[in-house]
Amino acid sequence: MPHESAPVPLHTRRTHFDPADDLRRLAADGPVTRVSLAPGAGGEPLWLVTGHEEVRRVLGDHTRFSTRRRFGSRRAAEDDGERPDEGVGLLMDYDPPEHTRLRKMLTPEFTVRRMRRLQPRIEAIVAERLDAVERAGHPADLAELFASAIPGPVLCELIGVPRDDRDDFLRRCHAHLATGRGRQERTAAGSAFTRYLAALVARQRKNPDDGFLGMLVRDHGSEFTDKELRGICVLLMLAGLDNISGMLGLGALALLENPDQLALVRDDPAALDRAVEELLRYLSVPHAPTPRTAVEDTTLGGRLIRAGDTVVCSIPLANRDPHLTAEPDRLDLARDPVPHVAFGHGIHHCIGAALARMELRIAYTALLRRFPGLRLAVPVQDVAFRVRSTAYGVERLPVTW
Amino acid sequence: MEVHVDRGRCAGSGLCMSYVPAVFDQSDDDGKVLLKAARPASGAAAAVRGAAARCPAGAITLSGGDARGR
Repeated sequence: MPHESAPVPLHTRRTHFDPADDLRRLAADGPVTRVSLAPGAGGEPLWLVTGHEEVRRVLGDHTRFSTRRRFGSRRAAEDDGERPDEGVGLLMDYDPPEHTRLRKMLTPEFTVRRMRRLQPRIEAIVAERLDAVERAGHPADLAELFASAIPGPVLCELIGVPRDDRDDFLRRCHAHLATGRGRQERTAAGSAFTRYLAALVARQRKNPDDGFLGMLVRDHGSEFTDKELRGICVLLMLAGLDNISGMLGLGALALLENPDQLALVRDDPAALDRAVEELLRYLSVPHAPTPRTAVEDTTLGGRLIRAGDTVVCSIPLANRDPHLTAEPDRLDLARDPVPHVAFGHGIHHCIGAALARMELRIAYTALLRRFPGLRLAVPVQDVAFRVRSTAYGVERLPVTW
Repeated sequence: MEVHVDRGRCAGSGLCMSYVPAVFDQSDDDGKVLLKAARPASGAAAAVRGAAARCPAGAITLSGGDARGR
């Protein structure tokens, strides 16, 4: 874990559901600002992009803004050399044409229709978690028993981790990904987690089932290396754990704080898709997508960005841009959906977006149906938020019903 | 309105299909957009404009009378 006294990086600072004031002040200076994300802690200056249009321009232009290189000292090592083992298959760190090759084979496995096949399993997982909440009695912690307990088993369903292996697998996964440390500090490959994934890939190669890995092996077996398949599984875990747990916990809190809007969603399933979209926009759980490196000198938002400069896009600020929608700081679950960037934009747009939307829809619906009288068990100022994580969320959310 | 999709740009997010299923579909073979109605009913124009604006790959373009909305 990073040192508790180290400053929380600027772009991840929030106050309740909102971007923190010092972050908002930056956005007021213009859509693109030169800033250090860890002032006084040796953070080198970079470009923070806060305007919605500018964020879409950066994320939508992979020829000028590459994800191939990384922050700080890793930059030189990763420039043009061999990709380290633990980075193989992590699509967000690839540029075309390699990115195109891998993503093209994955896309059909993540269509809306393919994801719907998981629906009954997700419903069963959510029901089990709600049983656990009920068993825990009043007050129950929704962060632990609901928000953090759903995404792992859902990913196991997707990847095809057998039920008996799941507890061990998820425990190792959390240890390996060391939630809260960010990707830069992952332990080297060779941990129990990656060994398990390597064995899972080998089993599927020998005897493919009709799950996600089995289909990939069947359709494109010779086009993927084992390391790539393993890395794709790591990527799904990286992307699908904290982001979803964050959305589930914060979303539940946002609904509890807005009882009229909660009632709307609870009593009208048709309103739910719109509500999920607005929660994604308003809560903007991922602080930022993978940092980009400018490939050539480019003008953006009136500023000259030099080749080699690091560019970080702020998801929460882009999604609260007044140019995007009227009253961006108001949660309005009936709002016409706006083109938010909570899943990113461009070629690296979240491949699991259809799964995420379905998972959130199923979980919110079941939660409100099971506990129509759900309310916070503590004053709202006592809710603990999750800081120092790649995705915002709640640490504890005691509820009663 | 006339709808054009660029399957080369499409990132396969399926957003358009979720948004306006009468006009867009997603191929089971490659996950990319399939156009069901190049000239959608005028009642669908606003939804189609929404889908075009939200497409993460900018793969949907519109032309003709109500392409821009009011």
